[in-house]
Amino acid sequence: MSSEKTLSENAEEYLEVIYKLSLEERPVKTTKISKMLNIAPASVSQMIKRLETLGYIDYSPYKGVTLTEEGYAIASKITRKHRLLERFLYDVLHIKKERVHDQACEMEHSLSDDAERALCQLLEQPDECPDDEELIPVCDFKFQTCDECRMRRQEEVNQVGKRDKNLVSITNMKRTEKGKVSFVRGDYKVIRRLMDMGITIGAEISVLEVAPFKGPVKILVRGSNLALGRDIAKNVFVEIIREDPPAEGALSYG
Amino acid sequence: MVKIPDCIEKEEYEKSLSQKKELQKPCEDKVSSETCDITIALAGNANVGKSVIFNYLTGSDQVVGNWPGKTVKRAEGNLFYQGHKIHIIDLPGIYSFSTFSMEEIVSREYIACEKPEIVINVLDASVLERNLFFTLQLMEMEVPMVVCVNQMDIARQKGYDIDTEKLEKALGVPVVPTVAVTGEGLQKLVKEAMNVAKTKNQKNIIEYGGEVEKTIKSLENFLKAEKVDVGYSNRWVAIKLLENDPEINKIVQSESVRAIQFANHLALELEKIHDEPSFAIMASERYALASKIAAGAQNQTKFKITLSEKVDKILIHPVYGYFTSALVIIGLLVWTFIIGNFLSGIITDVMGFFQPVDPALSGPVLAVLWNGAFGGLVAGLTLIVPFIIPFYILLSYIQNSGLLTRVAFMMDSFMQKIGLHGKALIPLILGYGCSVPAIDSTRILETKRERLLAAFAITFAPCSARTIIILSLVAVFVSIWWALALYVLDLVIIFIMGKLALKAMPGESTSLIMEMHSLRIPSSPVILKDTWNRTKSLAYLVFPVFIIGSAVIQLFYVLGVLEPISNFMMPLTVGWLKLPAFAGILLLVGIVRKEFVLLTLVSFVGTDLSLALTSSQFIVLALIGMLYLPCLSTLSILIREFGVKAASVISAANLITAFIVGGIVAHVLSFFA
Ligand SMILES: Nc1nc2c(ncn2[C@@H]2O[C@H](COP(=O)(O)OP(=O)(O)O)[C@@H](O)[C@H]2O)c(=O)[nH]1
Ligand SMILES: [Mg+2]
Repeated sequence: MSSEKTLSENAEEYLEVIYKLSLEERPVKTTKISKMLNIAPASVSQMIKRLETLGYIDYSPYKGVTLTEEGYAIASKITRKHRLLERFLYDVLHIKKERVHDQACEMEHSLSDDAERALCQLLEQPDECPDDEELIPVCDFKFQTCDECRMRRQEEVNQVGKRDKNLVSITNMKRTEKGKVSFVRGDYKVIRRLMDMGITIGAEISVLEVAPFKGPVKILVRGSNLALGRDIAKNVFVEIIREDPPAEGALSYG
Repeated sequence: MVKIPDCIEKEEYEKSLSQKKELQKPCEDKVSSETCDITIALAGNANVGKSVIFNYLTGSDQVVGNWPGKTVKRAEGNLFYQGHKIHIIDLPGIYSFSTFSMEEIVSREYIACEKPEIVINVLDASVLERNLFFTLQLMEMEVPMVVCVNQMDIARQKGYDIDTEKLEKALGVPVVPTVAVTGEGLQKLVKEAMNVAKTKNQKNIIEYGGEVEKTIKSLENFLKAEKVDVGYSNRWVAIKLLENDPEINKIVQSESVRAIQFANHLALELEKIHDEPSFAIMASERYALASKIAAGAQNQTKFKITLSEKVDKILIHPVYGYFTSALVIIGLLVWTFIIGNFLSGIITDVMGFFQPVDPALSGPVLAVLWNGAFGGLVAGLTLIVPFIIPFYILLSYIQNSGLLTRVAFMMDSFMQKIGLHGKALIPLILGYGCSVPAIDSTRILETKRERLLAAFAITFAPCSARTIIILSLVAVFVSIWWALALYVLDLVIIFIMGKLALKAMPGESTSLIMEMHSLRIPSSPVILKDTWNRTKSLAYLVFPVFIIGSAVIQLFYVLGVLEPISNFMMPLTVGWLKLPAFAGILLLVGIVRKEFVLLTLVSFVGTDLSLALTSSQFIVLALIGMLYLPCLSTLSILIREFGVKAASVISAANLITAFIVGGIVAHVLSFFA
């Protein structure tokens, strides 16, 4: 994963604060940010420059900062996680009101989206957080209604298995090699069909023929011969099985 | 991005669900209720031998139709056995019970709703493990069943030795080894099936391992406690909920929301343990069991490279494969054409002996109608008997031997260029014989969009009737080279129109997932039966259209209705296409059937056509005749398969292309003349 894309916790914290402050007044004065985070103005301006180059905020000197669309999305998401966590800590774990905020601040950065969804369902779609009765921002999942969210699990995955740099696409396998399916990606229905046809994680595959001109690939899996279009085949990755590893050292010639 | 073969577009399915208005259990629209004592359903993967067994058991007592509202073939028939009338149904070949294809939906709803007394699960003995994957899913449904291990002969050839007793023990249901094409073991199969059907209390629960089984059980119990009853067995519903099956989800949700939440919870737990989506866990689990059972019951005594494998190496060889593929396609066309021409000559002669086809005949209305209808009958016979039947015979041979999948494999990359995959080659090749069966066979394609794309391309393909026009107008009166040039031009047009259609109907193109069965020599009864069934269903469509259409045209002609229309078309025919004035009439009668263009022309000017037309007029007329409109029977099958709107759009595209290309050619030719 590329490191510049993921926000540091620090930056998330900034965006969260800017989000909160911009509900009262926009643009947000940097002095307010520094006061709220309890950080020296110099460090704040440094961070603000970074956030601006990342495209999360717009900054105009003397006026202050506003969130860009992208920044807003991240900020509201992290705020949502924060406030959901507060509710969870307070409602379910019965932790004291004064302490939920700090605790949530720690946890919010590592909360996955799935967990966020589960939390929302568990708490039955809360709308306010417990300590200061601030609104919990709405989620950004592609569901029409909360009902739909509740009914569907992470539907339509587009990959199964673990990506690993040692894996080889079956279109790159040699005729004599055998491979163990380790990673499959592509359209959800294609993946499901491949699994039904026997290409499950761990299944052994060998390639029998590759048609020229980007044509299909004929493979042998679980005793059956399958032709897979190139678009599908190139997204099936295997770990090559070494049939008989060469005896180390003692190689004799002749 | 690629999309799944063997599937329907999801929206389409969801639409069909919502058309059923509110959520309902699948069983509320029962398909048929027979007066039979016992119903047997044949289920299994594609190409395992279900239909051969079905034909063996039902003989000629069978009906082939469609599942209500779906373009999935439904074959059913009756068998009298020891005083019982047994209803037998041949379910479509599927690999799984998901909802990605109509075949799968039809099959699972049938099994759940009609509750056949017994399901005969047909397996391909030479691909045991993959076939058992489906067997396990049938067992999840807890239907009474008998397993039929078919194609034992091919398994033996491949060196597999299958111990059906061990298989029986592992599965806990009767297992019968068979060779369907010779009838070996089929009597025993029926006997076993009847036994199970009579005892009625077969216990055939198959258990998976470890936490998967535990999860299924706890959800199953939860469903029982919640009193969920949706027609399917609770175990199956539990598994489907864990797999996140959208339809079962919806149905259960209407009975118990808690069950869904509990299922989601369990599925997430499972996913946490395995770090894979739950459907993948279930697939792996089934295959693990299938693999274990297969390994226990079969052993490969010898590793033989069979002749079929050697031949296969050549058929899909990166170089030779193209030659063999071309040979197969050309062979099919040449065969159809040579045999067809020969037979059609004989038939026309014989029929002409009884009644000459003379569109100029006038007289009482009845005589005119009779004359027209008779002409239609002759036209139908001279199409079906000489061209369609030989074509179907060879096609069935190519299909059943497995040659066609090899050709599809080699041609896939070319077909991708017009948005189709290798399998679409079959309808396109068919289109060279006759558009009607070709469009009929687009059903083997997965999505409606693909079917439309293929059907569209087919309407431009030079079918045998068009070929006749090209040959008898251009090859005879101009030169064979011009005839060939028209053929090439047609190929170019197909390609261009295919590309245009792709632009007009953008979407994800599908990629191939196709099983390649081992090559074999097909048995003649299978081929003949296949040919007979196809011919019959085609005849039902074609004959009425021909007979009625031809009678009506005849009547119009005699009443003088065609003349004014033809005159009205003059600016187009004479002005733009530079054809003689009577060309309008030719084109009108040609709508019924393309050969009528020729017949009518002959009746106008006698056999020496060169007296009436110039060389360039021959070429233009042939070109227009080739392209301008799908014939009536093609039109009717287009309407049947795709609806009036799509059929009119396709026809309009044909018409416009014909007149644009025809006009350009006419002007270019007159420039040189
Ligand atoms: N050699 C051999 N061929 C078989 C046997 N059973 C079926 N076939 C062939 O397998 C092909 C597929 O059979 P079919 O009944 O159409 O399969 P379905 O898709 O399951 O209905 C046909 O060409 C049959 O002739 C068998 O037992 N032995
Ligand atoms: Mg069949």
